[in-house]
Parts: sequence; structure tokens; C-alpha cells
Amino acid sequence: MELKEKLIASFMAFENLVDIDLPVHDVRSEAIKEFEAQGFPSKRDEAWKYTSLNSVLKHDYSVFPKRENHIDYNDIKKYFIHDIDTYKIVFIDGKYSSHLSETTHDGIDVCLMSSALTKPKYRLIIENYFNKVATKDSLSSLNTAFSQEGAYIHIPKNKLVAKPIQIVHFSTGNEAALLVQPRNLIVVDENSHVQIIERHQSLTQNPVLTNSVTEIFANKRAIVDYYKIQNDNENASLIDSTFVNQRQESIASVHTFSFGGKLIRNNLNFYQNGERIDSTMKGITIIGNKQHVDHNTLVHHIEPNCESHQDYKGIYADSSTGVFNGKVLVDKEAQKTNAFQANNNILLSDKASINTKPQLEIFADDVKCSHGCTIGQLDESAMFYMRSRGVPEKEAKALLMFAFSNNVMNSVKIPEIKQRITKIIANKLGVNIGFDL
Amino acid sequence: MTKYTEDDLREELKTKEYEYGFYTDIESDTFPIGLNEDVVRAISLKKEEPQWMTDWRLEAFRAWEKMIEPEWANVKYVKPDFQSISYYSAPNTKPKYDSLDEVDPELLETFKKLGISLDEQKALAGVAMDVVIDSVSVATTFKKTLNEKGIIFCSMSEAIKEYPELVRKYIGTVVPQKDNFYAALNSAVFSDGSFCYIPKGVRCPMELSTYFRINQANTGQFERTLVVADEGSYVSYLEGCTAPSRDENQLHAAVVELIAMDDAEIKYSTVQNWYPGNSEGKGGVFNFVTKRGLCEKNAKISWTQVETGSAITWKYPSCILKGDNSVGEFYSIAVTNNFQQADTGTKMIHLGKNTKSTIISKGISAGKSQNSYRGLVQISARAENARNFSQCDSLLMGNDCGAHTFPYIEVKNKSSIIEHEATTSKIGEDQIFYCNQRGIDTEKAIALIVNGFSKEVLNKLPMEFAVEAQKLLEISLEGSVG
Repeated sequence: MELKEKLIASFMAFENLVDIDLPVHDVRSEAIKEFEAQGFPSKRDEAWKYTSLNSVLKHDYSVFPKRENHIDYNDIKKYFIHDIDTYKIVFIDGKYSSHLSETTHDGIDVCLMSSALTKPKYRLIIENYFNKVATKDSLSSLNTAFSQEGAYIHIPKNKLVAKPIQIVHFSTGNEAALLVQPRNLIVVDENSHVQIIERHQSLTQNPVLTNSVTEIFANKRAIVDYYKIQNDNENASLIDSTFVNQRQESIASVHTFSFGGKLIRNNLNFYQNGERIDSTMKGITIIGNKQHVDHNTLVHHIEPNCESHQDYKGIYADSSTGVFNGKVLVDKEAQKTNAFQANNNILLSDKASINTKPQLEIFADDVKCSHGCTIGQLDESAMFYMRSRGVPEKEAKALLMFAFSNNVMNSVKIPEIKQRITKIIANKLGVNIGFDL
Repeated sequence: MTKYTEDDLREELKTKEYEYGFYTDIESDTFPIGLNEDVVRAISLKKEEPQWMTDWRLEAFRAWEKMIEPEWANVKYVKPDFQSISYYSAPNTKPKYDSLDEVDPELLETFKKLGISLDEQKALAGVAMDVVIDSVSVATTFKKTLNEKGIIFCSMSEAIKEYPELVRKYIGTVVPQKDNFYAALNSAVFSDGSFCYIPKGVRCPMELSTYFRINQANTGQFERTLVVADEGSYVSYLEGCTAPSRDENQLHAAVVELIAMDDAEIKYSTVQNWYPGNSEGKGGVFNFVTKRGLCEKNAKISWTQVETGSAITWKYPSCILKGDNSVGEFYSIAVTNNFQQADTGTKMIHLGKNTKSTIISKGISAGKSQNSYRGLVQISARAENARNFSQCDSLLMGNDCGAHTFPYIEVKNKSSIIEHEATTSKIGEDQIFYCNQRGIDTEKAIALIVNGFSKEVLNKLPMEFAVEAQKLLEISLEGSVG
């Protein structure tokens, strides 16, 4: 049976598992209809021109994991940012793992989507925010239809969340092939500040497909920092759609670090519903073998005096392919917009390829919008300089690559993440460079 | 003088009527409307074409019937009804003339209004005109000089008769009949156009130019141009268009093919000023053009275009850099005003080693117009050391227009270097202030800034053409270009 049919059939079974008297039931039923009408995206869709899902969709995924799985903390400690104190929301095969997690209701809500969707005390928030910014494209609709579990974070007014929040998804490989669809909702009210780290990790070589949707609402003057670490093994694929809705004077940033996985697709949409908003989206991609990473971004400038910054760096080795599809949309009312978009790429192999499409759509005249895009190689004279001074080739290359991605690293606000990323990159390049960037 | 502001300019642009809007009443031999295989055959018969040409047209027509009109461009319009167009129209006053005196005086008057009468053209050093009025060539000048060098420069229909082996060898090699919807349509029904062949090692001593006009009501203009530059030759080719004011949409689906063989160079310049529709967006020409050039080893093709007209422009002059060390260039100014929509850009396909391409695109949008740049830079795996530089700048005048950039960059080779940058801005208050401060009034300041903005492209036009380009910019943005 085709995956699409299987999913539509599974929806009935899914409905038996959840309470269908909830208002969210209507949202789900509508979403499955939307998915049924659209089906999976193909290369004929302009947004998927360079990314084919065929190799990912061919597996016979189990849609519901059969049982709860247990993992020992020591086995997976390394996947956490463990050197600082954090809240943790941990999922194993899509199921919440209470013994690995550390949630709270003390002033702020860091808990589960499943309880938020069912408990009356969250009803107002769910009604006001759930599925309000996510688009109706096929994969997001699919996620909405099966939305049940994920992280639910609500930070009320005037709170500075003392420690970062980690959202980690593990898959154990107990199923031959697993499809998980986490759904996260993050609401940050006026003047509050939160930092979130998200990671997906597969623990075996069994294929996993994650179709994740995250909705982030940054209300007045809120500050949201979101970090996505994507360093999964080569049978794990990830389709991540993140929607950020910003109100006036809020500051939101999303950093995406893509180092692993078979196929990664990041849809990142920012909507600026207010004045004097600042949006930042940055990413580093370093991949090899047959990996594929696709960044698809949109910044929609709706009101005046806002800024957006995009900076994506990519290094592609072996037969890997990279895609960058960035769009800046400036409405007629959004005067005095300042939008900047940069995409720099280095190809290390003749089999690697990069497709990039940085787009500007501008309807306002008093704006400053620019984009730049480069594709090139490591500087040979710089290489020669270092090698003539005794730096081995591998290290010299690594140094240049660190320098290349430094712009993105600079805006990371949690030092431990910086260290972790540096380590991952060093590991990836097979060097041992012991300095912080 | 009262202060001249950007608002005044906008106001002026809005009300500016098409200056070249007139209609020459020449008796025409026009086909009834509609398109089917018989019409294609009839066109071919009318033009006394050989059998292979008829078959070629029919093949294209059959392919076209199965095609769907493309919709991906960032333009909105009512699709033309291809069955309500007449596919052939020729001025009745054949046969060909030997001197200007024999030419229909009304026609001469038309040229006078355009400011490029034949006498003037003859006087202007080194410009040979192959005048195309509604699809049939009626006058060719300077043919003798060209003949001495062995250069062939004539109308397409003449070329099919006189040089069938050349035409047959090259036509459709760069833009195949089935390339796209409009190219297929053109291949089936093209009425005339220009053919140019430069023999080995010859440097064409003058700028070649054709002049396009749509004259007869309700006739689509389907031009076919083929320029072949043999090894080591050089040619600079100019093409310019103006069309009379019309309320019904007129369709223009041309095909231009350039072939630059080893070490050859082709410079192709266009000034396009089709009727853009009135200030309410009514009428205007639909311009759906396929232009493509093929570069062999060490060859160079350079496209320069100044686009000021058309209600809808859909045009992507492209270079296929097939040979090693070949060079492709694209310089463009696109001005849109009122309700004009332009979706234009280029494709640079790098296949050979050490190939280079440069793209400079300047878009100026005013009124309620939409101006899009859409470009593709493709580096194949074998194109070692390929180099591309692209720059797309947009200038917005007023708050009802839009500027869009859709660059596609596909790279499969690690030794290539690609740079792309794009900016969008308006004429800065500080820039105007700076000029005002130095005693330059606002009108002149805007002229200065727009001129500076488009200078990089205007500089690339041949001398003879630069004047006309300036004129057209003036018409489109009257008051802003000095």
C-alpha cells in the first residue's frame, strides 16, 4: 500500500485513540482532507523542485509505535547539552519519556502537547494559537492531522526563563521503519525570554522519517532563541516545518545546524505582524556522502520598520546536494523594511552540487533589501600560507571552514552550544582543534 | 519653477501617452483569422517555400497543438485566443523597390514620425536597415557593401529561397521547434524575419539592424531571426521595435537564434518599445519571445536589451556556453510603468571548461507595474573553472509597483566560482538632497540618478543605438532622464 493511502487509512485508527469530542478534532479532520487532496509534494511543485522525497517515502513506515521503549540515560547522555542545567522534554519513538524529562509548571509551562490538547486549563491557549500560523501545505497538514504529542511551552508575561529548554526526540529502531510526527507549540508572552534547543536522534540504522511542525508565537517585546541541531545518522530523514509569528518589537532567531541525516528539509517561515520586529535565521550545513539538505525560508514583512537577517553557509563534500530556497516578501505597507539575505557555499567535490534560489518579492518602495549568493572553493593562497607554515592539509582546511562559518557561530548566545557545534564540526572533519570560536 | 518632486514625476508618467501611437493605412493582404494546418500550409505556399520548410512548419504546429500555455511566469493577463488572430499580413505594395522613391510615401511618413527615416538611416554611418513592416521585408539597404564581404543579410523568406542549404542546416538547432509553447507557435507560422550569415574570419563592417513594427490590426507578429557567425567572425546586430497604439492586445512571439562558431563573436542589442497599453492598463502588446545563442570554442555572445514597452514581457535571452573558453554576457534595462508587467532575465548554461558569464540586470518600476528578474545560472559537472557574476538591481518609484527577483543557481562543479547579488531600493531622499544642495533641481537630480543607475547597461549599446535607447527611456520615464 502506498504511504499516502496507509496514512489516510490510519487516520481512522488514530481517531479511536484520541478524544474526538475536543475542538481540535475538527482541525485534524480538516487537515487530513487537505492532505488527501494534495498528496505528497513532488518535484513538479516549485517549492520541491530540487528535493525528491521518493527515496524517503518508499519505506513501509509504522505510523504508531507498538510499545513504549526505555533507554538508559548514560547511553544517550552525549546527545544532550549536558554541561548546563536545562529543562528537558524527551520523546522516545514519539512517546513521552517521563524518566528522562524534566518539565515544570512553576510559573511557566514546559510540558506536553498531549496534555495541553486535552486539559481544560490550556483550552484558551490552544484555541488562540494551535494551528494558527502553520500553513496548509501537504506535509504540515499531515502533521496537523496526526498532531497529538510534542512539546508545549507557554511563557507568561514578564518571565525570563532561567535555563534553556531541550526538546529531544529519540528513535530506538524497534520498528523496522518509523514515521514520527511531533507537534510543538511555543507561546512566549510580552517581555518574556526563552531559549530552546531541539534535536532529533536515531539510535540504530533503521530508517526513520520525522515530519515535525513547530509553531512559535513571539508576542510583544518577547525574545525567542531557537537552536536546531541536526546530526542524525544516515538513515534518518527529517522534514521540519517551523512557523514563527512575531508581534511588535519582538526578537526571534532560529539557528539551524545540519550535519547529518539522509535527507533534511527545513521549512522556516517568519511572519512579522507588528512594527520594529527583528528576525534572524542562520544556518550552517556541512554534509558529505549522499546526504541532502534543503533550506526553504520565507520572511514575510507585513508591517513597517522591521528587519530580517538571513545567513546560510554550506559546505558540501562527496556526492551531497544542498538546496537553498529563500524568499523575502515585502508587503506594500511594510515601508522602511531592512531585509538582508546571504547564502554562501563551498563545494569540495565534483559530485556534490548546490542549487540555490534566493528570491526577493517587493511591493514597497522605501525599503532596503539585498541578497547575495556565492559558490566557490577554499582559498588556495590561504591554504598555501598555512601549509608553508607547517599546518597539515586537513587542519588547514578545517581552519578555513571554521572561519567560513564563523559569522553564524557568532550570533549563538549559549556558549555550550557553540562548543558543542565546534566539536561536532571538528569530529566531522576528523581534526582535533581545541579552540573556541 | 515650482519644485519638481517624485510625485510630479509619477503623475507625469501616469498621464504620458504613447508617443509613437499611430496607424499607417497601407492596403494589406491579410489572412482570415484562425489557425489550423491549412493556414500553416497557406502561409508556406504564400511565401513560395520549399517542401521541407512546409513540413518543418507542420511538425512544429502538430507539437504546438499538444502543448499547454505556460503559467509559471510572474505575470497576469487574459490569455490570447489563438483562433482569433490572423496569422499573415503583408503590405500589398509589392514588388521590391530599387530606390526610396518607389516606396509608399505613407510608409516613409511612418518612419519619419519614428525619427528614423530611411534617408536619415542612410546618412547615419554604417547602419544597414532591413525594414520589416508587418512581417514582410520591403526595403533593404547597404546590401552591396555587405555582398562584397560575402555577408548574407536578408529577410528570412528570401534566405529560404536563396540559401536553403544554410537555413536548413541551422534553423531550429538552438531553439528547437518543440522548445516551448511560443517557440512552437512561431516555428509553425512565422511570417518573416531576418537571416544573417557572416563567413569565416570576416568582421562585419557595420552594425546590422532590423526594424520591427506591428502595423495591421489583429495580426500577430511572428518573427524569426537567425544569425550565424562562422569561425573567427564578428557581427553586431541591432533590433528595435515600436508599435502603434491599439486597444486590442497584440501578440508578438518571436524567436531569435544565434550561432557563434569557434572564435566568433556576436553582439545582439535590442531596444524594445512595443505599445505598453494606456494608463488604465488597456491594450498593449504581449511579448513572448524566445532568444537563445549557442557559443562554440572561444566564442562570445553578448545580449544587450533596453525594454520599455509591452503590456506583458516574457523574455529570457540565453547563452549556451558549449565550447571551452566561451563567454556569455547579458546586460538589461527593463522599465515598466502603469500596468505593464515584465518577467525577464537570462539563462547561462555552462557546459564547456573555463566558460565565463556576466549578468547585469537593472529594473525600474513605476506606476502600478510589476517587474521581475528571473534567471538561471547552471554549471554542469564538466564545466571546470566556470565563472559567473550576476547583479540585479531594482529601482522602485512609487508605492503601487513591485520588483521581484527569482534567480536559480545550479552548480555541479567544485572549481566554479559563482557570485550573485541583488538589491532593491528607491531613489534616496539623501541622494536628491545632495544634488539639490549643489544647485541641481529635483527633476535633473532624478534624471541623473536614473541615468547613473542604468549606465552600466547603456554603455554596452553600440553608439548608433545608444541615442535611440536614450529616447525610449525618455518616453517611458519622461522628465526623469536628461
